[in-house]
Amino acid sequence: MYETNYHRASSVSEAASLLAGSDEAKLLAGGQTLIPTMKQRLAAPSDVVDIRHIAELKGISVSGSKVTIGAATSHAEVAQSADIANVCPALCGLAAHIGDPHVRHMGTIGGSIANNDPAADYPAAMVALDATIHTNNRTISASDFFVGLFETALDEGEIVTAVSFDAPSKAAYQKFPNPASRYAMAGVFVAQGNGGIRVGVTGAGSEGVFRSSEMEEALASDFSPAALDAIAVDPAGMLADIHGSAVYRANLVKVMARRAVAAAG
Amino acid sequence: MGVEGIGARVARKEDKRFITGKGRYTDDMVVPGMKHAVFVRSPHAHAKIKSIDTSSASAMPGVIGILDGKQLTEDGIGSLICGWAVHSKDGSPMNMGVWRPLAEDTVRYVGDAVLIVVADTGDQARAAAEAVVIDYEELPAVTTALAAMKDGAPQIHPEADHNLIFDWEIGNGADVDAAIANAAHVTNLDVDNNRLVPNAMEPRATLGVYDDSEEHYTCWTTSQNPHVARLVMSAFYNVAPENKLRVIAPDVGGGFGSKIYIYPEEIVCLWASKRTGVPVKWTADRTEAFLTDAHGRDHVSNIKIAFDADNRITALKVDTIANLGAYMSLFSSSVPTYLYATLLSGQYNIANVHANVRTVYTNTTPVDAYRGAGRPEASYLVERAMETAARELGVSPAELRRKNFITQFPHQTPVIMNYDGGDFGASLDAATKAADYDGFPARKAEAAGRGKLRGIGMSCYIEACGIAPSKAVGSLGAGVGLWESAEVRVNAVGTVEVLTGSHSHGQGHETTFAQLVAERLGVGMDTVSIVHGDTDKVQMGMGTYGSRSGAVGMSAVSVALDRVEAKAKKVAAHLLEADESDIIIENGELKVAGTDKSVPWFQMALACYTAHNLPDGMEPGLKESAFFDPTNFSFPAGCYICEVEVDPETGKTEIIQFVAADDFGNIINPMIVEGQVHGGVAQGIGQAMLESCIYDPDTGQLLTASYMDYAMPRADDLPSFDVSTTVTPSPSNPLGIKGCGEAGAIGSPPAVINAITDAIGSNKLEMPASPQAVWAALNAK
Ligand SMILES: Cc1cc2nc3c(=O)[nH]c(=O)nc-3n(C[C@H](O)[C@H](O)[C@H](O)COP(=O)(O)OP(=O)(O)OC[C@H]3O[C@@H](n4cnc5c(N)ncnc54)[C@H](O)[C@@H]3O)c2cc1C
Repeated sequence: MYETNYHRASSVSEAASLLAGSDEAKLLAGGQTLIPTMKQRLAAPSDVVDIRHIAELKGISVSGSKVTIGAATSHAEVAQSADIANVCPALCGLAAHIGDPHVRHMGTIGGSIANNDPAADYPAAMVALDATIHTNNRTISASDFFVGLFETALDEGEIVTAVSFDAPSKAAYQKFPNPASRYAMAGVFVAQGNGGIRVGVTGAGSEGVFRSSEMEEALASDFSPAALDAIAVDPAGMLADIHGSAVYRANLVKVMARRAVAAAG
Repeated sequence: MGVEGIGARVARKEDKRFITGKGRYTDDMVVPGMKHAVFVRSPHAHAKIKSIDTSSASAMPGVIGILDGKQLTEDGIGSLICGWAVHSKDGSPMNMGVWRPLAEDTVRYVGDAVLIVVADTGDQARAAAEAVVIDYEELPAVTTALAAMKDGAPQIHPEADHNLIFDWEIGNGADVDAAIANAAHVTNLDVDNNRLVPNAMEPRATLGVYDDSEEHYTCWTTSQNPHVARLVMSAFYNVAPENKLRVIAPDVGGGFGSKIYIYPEEIVCLWASKRTGVPVKWTADRTEAFLTDAHGRDHVSNIKIAFDADNRITALKVDTIANLGAYMSLFSSSVPTYLYATLLSGQYNIANVHANVRTVYTNTTPVDAYRGAGRPEASYLVERAMETAARELGVSPAELRRKNFITQFPHQTPVIMNYDGGDFGASLDAATKAADYDGFPARKAEAAGRGKLRGIGMSCYIEACGIAPSKAVGSLGAGVGLWESAEVRVNAVGTVEVLTGSHSHGQGHETTFAQLVAERLGVGMDTVSIVHGDTDKVQMGMGTYGSRSGAVGMSAVSVALDRVEAKAKKVAAHLLEADESDIIIENGELKVAGTDKSVPWFQMALACYTAHNLPDGMEPGLKESAFFDPTNFSFPAGCYICEVEVDPETGKTEIIQFVAADDFGNIINPMIVEGQVHGGVAQGIGQAMLESCIYDPDTGQLLTASYMDYAMPRADDLPSFDVSTTVTPSPSNPLGIKGCGEAGAIGSPPAVINAITDAIGSNKLEMPASPQAVWAALNAK
């Protein structure tokens, strides 16, 4: 790791001004992506601004069907939240299968979506739940937030403060993990909400997380695994690497989608 | 057996130190004035070094020196060698290219060391290493053995035309071909054995210290065999004469073979310590471990097994091409030859066996012994072919094997090995019973009802351990003898120190060796200390690999104990005024049999050291040593059964049960043996289902250079193992031990793949059987 200056911010505005104070500064949340990258000397921020201890970024609130999760909330907190489990257990299950216990106790939902790894789990949930991403100066809908591989709609220096969504009437997430990294090779989040059925797919798309409108349409008329049988996922839009060809990933997307629908009931 | 003696499940003495973080590893060593080294390594798989510019790097903060291969050559440091001479079938010697510890003109794999940078801190050394400018002229690279042999392939060493190192054979080729021609059935299979990265938990490290007042070097290193390291560095690399070089391998966190070899880093750090005048420490980071620890396996083979009309094997023929990487590592030539083809007869009575092995250079990390070393490759080949044959012949895989088992011992195979004992039927019976082999069809049907494909697979492996009779290996080209030494020192108050040339890097020597002493001398294990890993303490030794510590290392201790006992009895007889032949050693006392006369062990020891009252002419003291050379290899064998369920939609395989029934001969500590089997099977399952070392075929970059891409087995990938043993003692060493360190990794891959191919009904499956590979095999039908 190269030398860097560590700052612990105590408020979002302090974090924002610390960030603005240097053009090579980076936010540090759980550090589960940033720190390994720095250790490999692939990232060399002059300053890191730690936001994991900012009170206003932490915590979960559920009022009625409205769920709000602070950006610095760890995966473990989401996994264990009884409040979320009451209204959207699928999200708890998703969080419970991210990485290992160390990762889950350090990694944050804000860090995960800001990073937008094409194999990360949360992005699938965010688009399927039609979540709203709150930042220090605006709100962005999940559909607009995830732009491409490791790319989001965030501006330079913009800080994710929370995510919120309306709890779906039913939802489930099914993930097929990469045997080495255990990130998603294909992860499908299916949710039936006020706005209808949404299917978020991660791990598989060559452009990162995406919604499968074909599956959404099929499920709208018949919410059953069999409704997806006739759908052919096109390998052309799939990632291909040493772990999975595009054809294999296309298959996994369909299998995971069917299983998610079955699990959602 | 006492509570601490042979056969007792004693908790490991060393574990308190390890699990409380008190282990002392090479990287923990700190000496005054110590500085830190980073190696500048080739980013290219194959390139000419056109120029090196260290001027700005040398001026960076903290930099003490940046040294290159030319300086190393100037100082007369030798090239790395392969210590086992294998000849081609035409009698010509192997075509060994030059491996300089620091590359001077050409780099041949990604990770090849070019420069060492020494600085006050590791970060400063790393920063300076990044500031070095090396101008490379990239050359085409080749990563697979098959491609490397082709006309027009990049030539990696001038010594090896078509990159061929040797073309070797063993066995009776003409008879084999005749038997195949006359066979009622021939099973013919192409099988790859996937390349593996060893992944010891502790990465390699070394600390080189030169003392100019004594012209003496000390090398702390992560070695499985510090004495071999000293021998090789003195005799071949011209680092220092043996009496001026002390090698210490303190606690070592796993080796699996990869820490047998002497690597460039040890040599260069010792030399750099003299050149720079400071102690130089280097510790690999995980990426360096992936890139530069010698890899394992990487064979491409064809096997043919011929059967007569009664399903008896008449001949077995193998053609193998082994990828040895960019340079010949220390024992690389022996792994795909004498440690491999000599086991191709398996557990079977086969009159005719022939193997041809070609070894090839490629632009990849050097390949050498990895847990099992040649024997896993042999058992994978033979046992996949046997299971395939049973399917083709429509007979039970268990019964086809049983029909062909060797049952009379000693048994001379056509490929050198003389099996001296065993009971293969007993292992087969134990495993099939434990696995409820006969009940499988019902379980398969039940699984089908749940949409799962259930399969069962078996492997009956044999291997050669207790490596090895020195004369025999010498005649086969080994550059060293493979005996072991021991010294037993009984202190004046009766406590015991055992010095052994074996080395523990996870095996538990401090426990098992002490158990032997407790058994023999009747003293408590806590009064016994095991000393190993330091050439200044232990005179000489050959180290630990090839499951040799028990069979060879402990046998040396046993012989030394014989001598200690003999003298102790003489002293006791003198003190008790009895006849020497009436003295027995029991519960910490030397007793006159059939009487109540006795002298405590400690009092006898004290008498040896006060020397006030010893038999006339007897030397004072109580210390004996021994060098033990086994009369044969030992032959652990067993039967493994694996049962799996495949999810046909995703290709994901779950291991439902894994049964291991092994014959390791006599066992010192069953708990430690079970641990060895568990670890070995985990590694074998890793090879079979998860671990895949992939190079980009065009650029020669290692694509699986971290755990994000290289899948190591984790606890939840593994079932709970059912392990048991049957015992036929080895007749080739006084303890009857066969060895258990590698069996798990040798026997398990074929059992796993046989189970999966059974489940999916297709034999076209290579390791690792990842979900994608299994799914592709299912859908290719
Ligand atoms: C071994 C391992 C296994 C993993 N397995 C999985 C897995 O299975 N599934 C999965 O989804 N993930 C996995 N992860 C990633 C993990 O979920 C991390 O939580 C995630 O990558 C980043 O979150 P973080 O809080 O650690 O962010 P950091 O690493 O601290 O930051 C990541 C990036 O986001 C930026 N950032 C952080 N917070 C904010 C914010 N509030 N606003 C704007 N930008 C911000 C940072 O500047 C940085 O660029 C794994 C990680 C590891 C190390």
